Amino acid sequence: MCLGIPGKVTTTDRDDGLLMGTVDFGGVRKLVCLEYVPGVRTGDYVIVHVGFAITLVDAVEAERTLQVLRAMGDAVAAELGEPLP
Amino acid sequence: MSTADLLSGACPAPRRESERVLLGHGSGGRLSAELIADVLVPALGEAAVPGPLEDAALVTAAGADLALSTDAYVVTPLFFPGGDIGRLAVHGTVNDLAMRAAMPLALCVAYVIEEGFPLEDLRRVAASVGEAARDAGVRVVTGDTKVVNRGAADGLFVVSTGLGRRLPGTAPSAAGAVPGDVVLLSGPIGSHGVTVLSTREGLGFEADVRSDTRPLHRLVEAMVGVGGEALHALRDPTRGGLASAVNEIAQASAVGVEIDEQALPVPGAVRAACEMLGLDVAHVANEGCLVAFVAPDRAAQVLAAMRVCPEGRDAVRIGSVLAEEPGRVRMRTGVGSRRVLDMLLGEQLPRIC
Amino acid sequence: MRYLDEYRDPRLARMLLDRLRRVATRPWRLMEVCGGQTHTIVRQGIDELLPAGIRMIHGPGCPVCVTPLETLDRAMAIAARPGTILTSFGDMLRVPGSHTDLLALRARGCDVRVVYSPMDAVALAQRHPDRQVVFLAVGFETTAPANAMAVLHAADLGLANFSLLVSHVLVPPAMTALLDSPDCQVQAFLAAGHVCAVMGWTQYEPLAARHRVPIVVTGFEPLDLLEGILMAVTQLEQGRYEVENQYARAVRRDGNTAAQDAIRRVFRIADRAWRGVGTIPAGGLVLAAEYAAFDAERRFDVGDLTAREHSECIAGAVLTGTREPTDCTAYGTICTPRNPLGAPMVSSEGTCAAYFAAGRTRAAAVPGIVQ
Repeated sequence: MCLGIPGKVTTTDRDDGLLMGTVDFGGVRKLVCLEYVPGVRTGDYVIVHVGFAITLVDAVEAERTLQVLRAMGDAVAAELGEPLP
Repeated sequence: MSTADLLSGACPAPRRESERVLLGHGSGGRLSAELIADVLVPALGEAAVPGPLEDAALVTAAGADLALSTDAYVVTPLFFPGGDIGRLAVHGTVNDLAMRAAMPLALCVAYVIEEGFPLEDLRRVAASVGEAARDAGVRVVTGDTKVVNRGAADGLFVVSTGLGRRLPGTAPSAAGAVPGDVVLLSGPIGSHGVTVLSTREGLGFEADVRSDTRPLHRLVEAMVGVGGEALHALRDPTRGGLASAVNEIAQASAVGVEIDEQALPVPGAVRAACEMLGLDVAHVANEGCLVAFVAPDRAAQVLAAMRVCPEGRDAVRIGSVLAEEPGRVRMRTGVGSRRVLDMLLGEQLPRIC
Repeated sequence: MRYLDEYRDPRLARMLLDRLRRVATRPWRLMEVCGGQTHTIVRQGIDELLPAGIRMIHGPGCPVCVTPLETLDRAMAIAARPGTILTSFGDMLRVPGSHTDLLALRARGCDVRVVYSPMDAVALAQRHPDRQVVFLAVGFETTAPANAMAVLHAADLGLANFSLLVSHVLVPPAMTALLDSPDCQVQAFLAAGHVCAVMGWTQYEPLAARHRVPIVVTGFEPLDLLEGILMAVTQLEQGRYEVENQYARAVRRDGNTAAQDAIRRVFRIADRAWRGVGTIPAGGLVLAAEYAAFDAERRFDVGDLTAREHSECIAGAVLTGTREPTDCTAYGTICTPRNPLGAPMVSSEGTCAAYFAAGRTRAAAVPGIVQ
């Protein structure tokens, strides 16, 4: 399960003893608990589930996954001798 | 009522869903349709008009082709970015008339006010009704005011009834779609529903979004101008969203409909809110757009005419009508597959999984 | 939206499907464990695009769906008491218990509220010191840190009017139970990406080795799922059975240790009943003794309330892929999405509910084909 979506941390703050921050999901901003990503900095992307950042998004790994897929796509296209539709 | 009574249902009919009205019965989805079909319409007997449920009824009086519609407005909060209950009450009824290709002639507005409601807020709502009516070019010809005990209403409810004059040469109906028709959408979806949701206790979020509430009759007039009788069905996808509107037409017309998910215009903040809460944007309410089912040979002209109007600037083609699978709506998905696009069942609830 | 849109690219999705068609030489049965993954598969129609023979068995769904009847009955018994506010996640509210559901109870005047986060329930308790605020805390490992923080924060604030009705389930024991079942049809798993974001994947390594089953930690977007399926099928074709990580942008091998620490502080592992599946040993979490004061079962003395599941329901067999929904005598008769018995009908993406939505009837069912 577990609906979790990536968003960008725009502010961090201590509130009632908890590390909190504003996360922007592309036009929607929500106050989120950042206690479980203690090293987080503004500008980082986190995955948010029920109001908690559960993990940092690794930008390098994210790009690598896409590169692998794009390279596979190019290889398939080359084999077929035509671009994929 | 004791705890045991509550849990056992305490009603003679052993129905799990209990013999009580749920909030979901008002959500514009399947439960709403069942309430109307099972309880309200049968009670009318011969006083009911046969045929599909329409946004407004056609009436002929003294030789004039008229349309009649009524709607009750309940919204929390009463004021929201982009509008308030007063604007909704005018626009909603004007739009229901417009969906039968009728231009508004007159409105009746009734207020049900809770004891203790701030007069200042009432002034704002009343001013809003006036402004919206002037802007739509319609007069409010009569009305009513009732005050109920504190707790008997949630602040303010508004009921509006509208009479419209039908444009000649066209008679769009929920039952009018035929295979081959092109499905057009006048603009972005989801803004109203997300705006209202963003203010809910327990969900609170900030979103760069405003309600899309606005009158659509001028847009319809422009569409009729070039489309005429090629406009087979019109509906404004309010509660229950686009999915309910299209399913209702598919059922009433006994046709299949295919919608292209990629073609749906969804503002960024609406999409983000739907991702965050796990909602389907096709189930989210709108107050300022319409779907049109148009004969294919006239669809391009109608679309062009829509785009000239400010209300239809972002109009797009979103799908087509099929003979197969009558009553069913399919969505072509982003990865090129198809799935059933069903009506909202009851209340729209955020998901965690 | 960054990190979502890129993973929905239709061109790359077609490429992955093409690749999958080349790699797969025979039929394979895979299970996606997580309801969120099922949601993407069903909503995007990914299962209909897969090569013939690659069959996705929808797993135990989501914690909402596997929450046992008796937990729901207990929640409703609590909600029916004067002076309480029962809170939970939105999708929990329409799941029926033995007699009714929380939405119907709300219509009868009980104070039942939707919250987005368990912290919203804590805030509600702060605002209403004269009321008892109870949070129906369901979830997999992903949600456990949030619910743990709600308890820790309430303890810090000294809130005496906040408690949790806990129905937490754990994924690896459920996978073990499935694999130990002699009828198990699952040949590879897509592990739940967000569960692993919290817990890491070391727990799955012995499972993969012992049962010789590939396990691929997978994300939730169409490209994630297609790549996860491709990685699992590639392992099957090559006779490998390893734990691999498709969702590298979000999941690290050891998971989120800060979150794990909070789970360990607040909860302890216990046996747990799953709706339509039965009791899974060490399959869930309960509050640790130190935080027993926040246990709503004790506070409201509802721990003795028990419920029996319907005997006709074959949810367990549907979940393991050994039976079809249409094999069930309750399917479409006494069990419908409006009135569900087991987990696969409760969730709108559950196998039974998906069959029902597609209009499949018992007579028209084609044995052995799941779409």
